[in-house]
Amino acid sequence: MAIAHQFEYLKPPTLREAVKLLQRHGPRARTLAGGTDLIGLISDGLAAPETVVDIKGIPGLNRIEFKNGLLSIGALVTFSDLRESPIIARRFPLIREMTGWVASVGIRNRATMVGNLCSAVPCCDSGAVLLVYDASVLVAGPAGKRKVPLREWFLGPRKTVLKRGEIATGVTVALPKQKHGACFVKLRRYEGEDLAQASVTVLALAGNRYRISFGSVAPRPIAAERIEALLQGQALSDDLIRQAVRLVPEEIAPVTDIRATKEYRLHMVCVMLERGLRAAVARLAGAGPEYGTSLI
Amino acid sequence: MNQRINFKLNGETRSVEVEPSDILLDVLRDKLGVKSPKIGCERGDCGACTVLLDGKSVRTCLILAIEMQGCEITTVEGLSRAGLTPLQQAFLKHDSFQCGFCAPGIVLSATELLGKNPHPTEAEVKEAIAGNLCRCTGYQPIIEAVLAVSSEPGRQA
Repeated sequence: MAIAHQFEYLKPPTLREAVKLLQRHGPRARTLAGGTDLIGLISDGLAAPETVVDIKGIPGLNRIEFKNGLLSIGALVTFSDLRESPIIARRFPLIREMTGWVASVGIRNRATMVGNLCSAVPCCDSGAVLLVYDASVLVAGPAGKRKVPLREWFLGPRKTVLKRGEIATGVTVALPKQKHGACFVKLRRYEGEDLAQASVTVLALAGNRYRISFGSVAPRPIAAERIEALLQGQALSDDLIRQAVRLVPEEIAPVTDIRATKEYRLHMVCVMLERGLRAAVARLAGAGPEYGTSLI
Repeated sequence: MNQRINFKLNGETRSVEVEPSDILLDVLRDKLGVKSPKIGCERGDCGACTVLLDGKSVRTCLILAIEMQGCEITTVEGLSRAGLTPLQQAFLKHDSFQCGFCAPGIVLSATELLGKNPHPTEAEVKEAIAGNLCRCTGYQPIIEAVLAVSSEPGRQA
């Protein structure tokens, strides 16, 4: 099916030029990186840009760097790049665990993690996983550069705080200073590629601190702040897990759609939270299932 | 709005005029006569339109042809120019396909896997072809063929 809609294609060689183009064309322009989201939207008639600005010609956006405890992932870094990166495997096994359950290899070879954050769909796996690290999105625009905490990034389905003329150039993730273990649990309809029906991410830090997020059960990936507060400073026990699970209905707002009912999502998030907490705490202690093991 | 782009297709430099909105899959099939990438779901889910782009499997239904300037594409036509590869022969031997619609995509996905990882586990084979849907075989003879060719003694990556 050919795209009926015509547009202009521009591939600027510098970030400055790209920002200028996006500012000039405003909402009539769309930024293209891997295209696995945007081209589908244009094909389906759900996006109709007059100008497509391909940022793949901008140098330096394809890097994964780890310096002084800070991980930087450029806007052109694909899920496959992350999956094959020794730095990610060694320092951020949680991110690697997530990349194994994102779409399929043929999509991961093209789709970028920053693009996933920009698509801002409620089931965006990167959003849920990066929330527990307090990651930040790096933005370049007409007024210069700014850094947006991920907790402020998502406004709703397919809506972010990105303004006219701005490009998300990367994401930064601080490696927790304490010893930690983590877990990403993704519920899908079948083994293989699928969008999340629900996801739970748990980061357990030494000293009984916990960071928790949910995906696909609210208009955007969300941090479970009430549950984090409840768990704060306490060693994990069966009773504590029961208390945490009781708070799940207050944290999430699942809907019924083509992939699952809201009742099923609510039930499964409770199950996945328990398993995720146990696995993350076990991994913190150097035990537990290997990263990449499906817990569901 | 037409623009001329140049890229390598199966080892040969090709030059073609495209509209910015032309999808790579359509250009390969209709303008360049390469028919092994198939039109399936057209939304990146089925893998029938897979090609290798600079050595990596991608979905040509989600790529604009105009993005290909200076890139290198390999399809099954290029892969088997000097005869069937050992992987393709293994697929034949194991009767891996029935209708064959998914075959080009699976051949390329498995070729990419074996290039990076000459001796994959069954789980790694399943992960590599998870994005290639086959409605005939239940996948078992496909997986068996990939595992068989990867365990042949003296096999080169």
